[in-house]
Order: sequence, then structure tokens, then C-alpha cells
Amino acid sequence: MDARARVHRAARDAHVTIEASPTTIGLGGETVRFVGRDAYRSTVAALREEGYELCVDVCGVDYLGHPGRDLPEGVTAERFEVVVNLLSLSQKARTRIRVQVPEHDCRVDSLFELYPGAEAMEREAYDLLGIEFVGHPDLSRILMPEDWEGHPLRKDYGVGRVPVQFKEAPGPR
Amino acid sequence: MTTGVRDSSAVRRVPSEEPLTALTSEGSQELLRRRDTPPAQLGRESGAVLRLPEGPVLDPGAIDVERPEDETMIINMGPQHPSTHGVLRLMLELDGEFVLRTKPVIGYLHTGMEKTAEELTYVQGATNVTRMDYLSPITNELCFSMAVESLLGVEVPERAVWIRMLMSELNRMSSHLMWMATNGLDIGSTTMMIYGLREREMILAFYEKTAGLRMNLNYVRPGGVAADLPDGWQDDVEVICDTIDARTYEYDDLLTGQPIFHERMEGVGGLTAEEALALGVTGPLLRSTGVPWDLRRSMPYLRYDEVAFDVIVGTYGDNFDRYAIRLNEIRESVRIVRQVVRRMPPGDYRAQDAKVTPPPRGRIDASMEALIHHFKLFTEGFRVPVGETYTAVESPRGELGMYLVSDGSAKPFRLHVRGPSFVNLQAVPLLMRGGLVSDTVTVISTVDPVMGEVDR
Repeated sequence: MDARARVHRAARDAHVTIEASPTTIGLGGETVRFVGRDAYRSTVAALREEGYELCVDVCGVDYLGHPGRDLPEGVTAERFEVVVNLLSLSQKARTRIRVQVPEHDCRVDSLFELYPGAEAMEREAYDLLGIEFVGHPDLSRILMPEDWEGHPLRKDYGVGRVPVQFKEAPGPR
Repeated sequence: MTTGVRDSSAVRRVPSEEPLTALTSEGSQELLRRRDTPPAQLGRESGAVLRLPEGPVLDPGAIDVERPEDETMIINMGPQHPSTHGVLRLMLELDGEFVLRTKPVIGYLHTGMEKTAEELTYVQGATNVTRMDYLSPITNELCFSMAVESLLGVEVPERAVWIRMLMSELNRMSSHLMWMATNGLDIGSTTMMIYGLREREMILAFYEKTAGLRMNLNYVRPGGVAADLPDGWQDDVEVICDTIDARTYEYDDLLTGQPIFHERMEGVGGLTAEEALALGVTGPLLRSTGVPWDLRRSMPYLRYDEVAFDVIVGTYGDNFDRYAIRLNEIRESVRIVRQVVRRMPPGDYRAQDAKVTPPPRGRIDASMEALIHHFKLFTEGFRVPVGETYTAVESPRGELGMYLVSDGSAKPFRLHVRGPSFVNLQAVPLLMRGGLVSDTVTVISTVDPVMGEVDR
């Protein structure tokens, strides 16, 4: 997407209300919303205004090699998906937001400004899946060593490729 | 080898004066000098919770970026430190005896359990997740089993549900007792440590009698539980309840009214409800701020809506509130367990679905089908319909959630675990803001992180 199209799309999405996104009901009775990357942050912000006080979980899923994925109409399947689980204490309700993230431009907006508690979870998703969160204050690895190569939870990551990979150890690289 | 984010803008580098050993680094995980730290991160390490509607907010712009370095000192606490409950590493910036900034550095116990889960079948999966939060194994298994069952659409027999409740409440007691013990040790009360471990031992012995193992039980499995309760279990559980209930009042005598204990706990590590919610904190940490949020009550699972118990909340959100909540939750768990003993229904302890649960041992010798089912289950496992589910239970540390994605095969496509202590650990810089070095020990202790779950 070039810059002009991006600006155009952002302007269009500024008016998108959160009802416009395709919605299904999850197995636990929670609402599942499929939003585009441009509307992701604004949707979460709107839900936060609606009373979703707690950002319970942010995680990424690599759907490489999962052909039969169930997506509602109007949602284009991409390789990665960022899944956010929000919880409303006042309404005792959960909402799940699923964002499709393409492989070639693996980035979404960070939720740090809305929910400071998303910080560690976004770092984890970045560390293990290589999804970049734009606007995150300290996007460094959290679980793996800081000089680790690759993102282990990706489906094309070679398990057992390097037996031990530490700073001082002479690796096969 | 993947390339998605390897372009230059994605790679963050630390300033050049700190040479890196490898070019692949995305940035240091450690506490950097003030002028090398981005403002938002500096605020975070200083304990700021940004964008609060009200309440005390520390403005990152107001933090002294150019503080002379001979005034402060960055020290390292852990990962090998007796009071960090495992391999938690904290980097502290100190001004004399006061903590200015804190950064938890984690990952020393990362064993890739989420990746391992993708390689194990659903039958084997419970053995994997039970090792995450090693102080409350039942809760992990329960969450995993409930997630798998919700995708499968399997109905669990009533007795299995009540057995699960019994075991998870016993687990809450043993986990909180362990917390009382380690917390006692952290503040110098060795007696409390011995007491806590002594009481926990009773519960572990009951586990051994029921499941054959003391920890990492693999007792709750998709479709039910692994074995029925042993003969005479009511008496064992009664003894456990009576003893522990009586001994919680001994802890009152030992700690609750003790002046030294008060000095260490009261008013230390305060947290407000707004801050807790913004940071995603759950469990006793959230309840200590006065928010009555307990999944057992608010979003009941199993049969928690049919038993009477109180949700314990605090007022000030300090260390003492968190202590009082855990102590009283032991008593509430005793209450629940006593009701479960009274109401335990007869029946089967696992679903009689040959595709999900193994046949009884006796039938394997007699029935060809049973033999085939048994063989298929333990070699191939069962297939789970395509779908996604998020299941959450109230673990002793907060909301334990599992996001399970199935692609229709016998292994999970993705299992993400939302560890409560992983998220709760984010409150540590805030709790330590302006505190003393000696208070860090009690703060870590009352946050109660279990590193097996933080790092997974």
C-alpha cells in the first residue's frame, strides 16, 4: 500500500464505528471482532471507552500451514494474527479482537498508550513471533536472549537448528 | 530463516558506547543509563502508569534524565538470589537506600513450553502445562482441559466437575500456604516457613494418594480426571480442612498482630485500583486494591456458582492487604472444600467417550474395540475440531488464560498461555517506586511470581 492509499484509508477508517467490523460469537460466549490494522487501535480505544477496563491478553498466532481457517466474510486471511482479549469488569463480558497481519509488513499499532499492561505481552509477541508493535516504548526481546536469531514460535522456525545458542558459544553461524 | 522484520527500521540498537556482541540484537533487555533510555521506557521503569483518568500519575517528562551518575548506582538483584523466588532478575537504580528505577529482566527459565505444546498431542498436553505454574499444577491442567473440552464439545460428568473443584481448592490452599512460607522466610520469620511447608505437606500427601504424584500431577485431563478419589477420601480431606483452618489462627498469632511484621508490610508497596487495572493486574494483587474481581464469583466456571464463599478484598493495596487476602482465601477455600465434600455426587469420574478418554483397564483384555481405542488414543491422540477458544480460570495468582487454536489435527496448532504472574510482574516497578532496598524483598514476595509461569 503506498502512502497516499494509506492516508486515504486512515481517513476513511476514522469514521468507522466499532459495529462495522465483522463479528462472531466465540465458544465462551464472548464477542469476537475482526478488525483491519488501520482500525485496530481506534476500535480498542472505543471499547475501552465502552467499559473494557482490562486488557487481559495480547498474543500472536502464525497461521502458516493452517488452510481451513474459519473467517467471516470480508476478512482476508493473512499469515499472522494478533489476538487481543479484553475484559469488562463492570459488564462481566469479554471481547476478542483479531487483526490480520501480513507477512511482508509485520507490524501493528501498540496498545501501550491505552493499556500500559499490554507492554510485556507485546514484547512477548514480538520476541516469539516477530510482530512489530509501532509505538511500543521498549520493543526488545523478553524471554529469549537478546542476541537470539529468529522468532521461535513461527511455524517455519527450525526447531533444533542450533543446539545451544549463547553469547559466548561459537555457533555454526 | 524468516525475514519479516529484519529491515533496518525494525531493529533497535543500543547506543554505540555499549558494544554488542552480536549484530542481531534488537536492544538491551537491561536497565540502561538514563540518557540512553527512551522517555516512555524511563517513565515505566520509574513506576509511571501512563494515561490514567485520575489518580497519581508520574509524568515521564518530569523525570530527571540528566541525573549525574555519581549520585546513583545501578545494581543487579538476581537471577540467583534467595528472595527472588526462582530466577527473577531485577535491575535497580538506587539513590543511597532508595529505589529510583526498577526493571525486571526475565527469561532465565524460558523452556519454550508454548512451542513444545505444538508438538504434543492433546492427551500429552496436560503433562506439559502442569509444569508451568509449578505451585498450582491443577489450575493449569484445569484450564487446558476446559479449553480442549470447549473445542471438542465434550460434556464432563458431574462427579468429575466436583472432583476438579475439590482439587483446585486444595491447590489454592497449598499454593497460598507455600506463599505464606516463603513470605515468612523473606521477612525473617523462619518459623512461618516451617509451618507453611508443614501444612502444605498434608495436601501434597493427599495428592500422592489420589494421583500418584505430589507435584505436576497430570490429574485433570480432557474429558474428566485421571482417577477416582481414593477410599476414605472424605476423612483425609476433613482432617486437612480442620487442621489448616485451625492453624490459620496460629498464623494470626504469629504474624498478623506482630509489630515487626506490621512495620515490614503495612503501607509498603501501595497500589491503586486504577493503576492495577491499567497494568492488567489480576488476582490477590487486584483484589487488594478493593476491586472485588474473582473469576470464581464473577464469571463462574465448574460449579462455583453453587457453593458459598466470600471474595476477599483489601482497601489500601499494600503488602499487608495482600497478606491478609491470601490468609483469608485459605479459609474460604476450606469453606468451599467442606461444601464439596458434602455435595460430591456419585457417578463417573470421566466422560465415557471412547474417542476422548481411555477405556478401563479391565475392558482392554475383553474387548477388541477397547484395545483399538486405547491404542489409538495413546499413539495418535484424538482430533479436535477446527476453532479457537480462550478459557480462563482463577489461579491462586490471578487470571490464568489459555488461547487454544486447533487446525483439526491431534495436536494444538497454537497454545498461548496468559500467565497471571507474567502480567502481575509489570506492577513491580510501580510498587517499588521510592521504596527502600529492603522493601524490594517484601514487594517481590507479595506479588508472588512463579517463574515457571512467567517464563514458560
